[in-house]
Amino acid sequence: MNCDRCDNEATVHEITVVGGVQHEKHLCEQCAAEEGVVIGAGGSVTELLGKLAEGLPPGTAIEITHASPKCPSCGLTFSKFRHSGLLGCASCYSAFEDRLGPLLERAHEGAAQHVGKVPKRALAATRLSPTGESGPDILGDAEQHAQRAQLLRKKLEEAVAAEQYERAAKLRDELNQLETEKLSPGAESAS
Amino acid sequence: MSGPTESNGGARPASSPEEGAEWLRGKGKDADVVLSSRVRLARNLAGRPFMPRASRDEREEILDSCRSVILQSGLAQRMMWMALHLASKEERTLLVERHLISQQHARGRLSDGTGGLKEPRAVAASVPDERLSIMVNEEDHLRIQVIRAGLAFEEAYQAIDAVDDALEQRLDFAFSPRFGYLTACPTNVGTGARLSAMLHLPALKMTGELEKVKRAAQDMSLAVRGFYGEGSEAAGDFYQLSNQTTLGKSEHVLMHELEREILPQVIRYERSARAKLLDKRKNALEDQVHRAIGLLTHARLMSTEEAMHLLSQVRLGIVCEILKGTDLAAVSRLMLLIQPGHLQQVIGQSLTQEQRRTARATLVRSRLKTSSRKGAG
Ligand SMILES: [Zn+2]
Ligand SMILES: [Zn+2]
Repeated sequence: MNCDRCDNEATVHEITVVGGVQHEKHLCEQCAAEEGVVIGAGGSVTELLGKLAEGLPPGTAIEITHASPKCPSCGLTFSKFRHSGLLGCASCYSAFEDRLGPLLERAHEGAAQHVGKVPKRALAATRLSPTGESGPDILGDAEQHAQRAQLLRKKLEEAVAAEQYERAAKLRDELNQLETEKLSPGAESAS
Repeated sequence: MSGPTESNGGARPASSPEEGAEWLRGKGKDADVVLSSRVRLARNLAGRPFMPRASRDEREEILDSCRSVILQSGLAQRMMWMALHLASKEERTLLVERHLISQQHARGRLSDGTGGLKEPRAVAASVPDERLSIMVNEEDHLRIQVIRAGLAFEEAYQAIDAVDDALEQRLDFAFSPRFGYLTACPTNVGTGARLSAMLHLPALKMTGELEKVKRAAQDMSLAVRGFYGEGSEAAGDFYQLSNQTTLGKSEHVLMHELEREILPQVIRYERSARAKLLDKRKNALEDQVHRAIGLLTHARLMSTEEAMHLLSQVRLGIVCEILKGTDLAAVSRLMLLIQPGHLQQVIGQSLTQEQRRTARATLVRSRLKTSSRKGAG
């Protein structure tokens, strides 16, 4: 939601009820300070509440929301995403990573890590980068590798326990593939 | 040598409305229950905004770069390309009925409600088989689809994997080590792969066991949808079963689970329900199938819904060997030809809804009489 006075995001919402009629004000922090609705953040909560309590007409409610994080690349705010369900660009995934994580886990049966195909071009780009390390971090760091391997091992154990041998074989293949990738970066792209 | 075909303003998706449409061939493994196996991959170009944040100029640029790569990568012997913002309403309807584009893509509208008919977007398809189709600028920059008749996910996946590899040689896809292939909607992130089987489950519906199967499917994070996918009703007991999660499970594991564990079970359930009906309620089943044939070969007015329902009964009659001599492929073809867009295409003019009901009944009558005369009786 935009500020009533400018194009910034509204983070201060004042609702005043006068004679049964509700008046709403939605302001950004700056405009709110200018209107004297709220005193800039930074003070302690008690201090803030104390100042707010002075001189407010009865029947007034003030809600302070925090500015929704914004993707630096495409400008999409997280609250806009909550509303539309669609992200704006690839960078949104890193910009909102902390918030998307739990959301994705709920949508994908608790999974938080990609398992499966990796684009070969991206893979080659990583391997061919001069230092071997500084290229685009497509394959993920050692920790992410370890996470993927751990997840696969867990699924493998489950499959074996459930006597799903075919599935177990497939998981074992995947695990082996993952481990080869880790051990021999550049092995396939010697040319 | 054959090359890409451009068709805009006039040309039809297939050389004739009777041809193509792999999913209606009525052949393939377990075709008595599984009409088709379809794999779809969602891909986005790296360094470009996703559709919801892309300006008109950016959408046009994305469309252009995808167009040249799709048409020049030798994905199929012949590829058709149709720019949908320039296509007629009739053309878009035909494409939806052939399952080559989604309703959303036909309208050019994203799921957040933005967009419209004039948004630059297209579909590419291999012709005349229509086994491969690629929607450009739908919710994601690319939605690649490969379809095979019967239960054939392994084959379909291999084919789409090769297409993906070929495209990837010239296009950088948005990808992250943690989240996999990045998509506009986070419910598709990861593999970006949606596997879906089109199933014919009339016996499970009749015995009331379908609800049980639906619940079991939901417990395994599988979605059960109608004939036209998202939000559509099950027409004539045809259902689409597809995976709902795309993160944390590789394409191969997903494919093998569906093809070797889940679908064989559903197929077994449907077949045993059919056997049960034949054993316990043979008379009633035969009556129902013959009534369906009777209506289809004699009615003078018919809606799409009624025709789908009756053709479903006839299909059941054929696979249960109650009806001999009626061709499964002929029934499948009719399922396509009775749809409003195709019906008008066959008749060669646009019709009102009332005229369509008459034309539909006439078409079905003549087609079924010629295809079943030899064996009926
Ligand atoms: Zn303001
Ligand atoms: Zn973004």
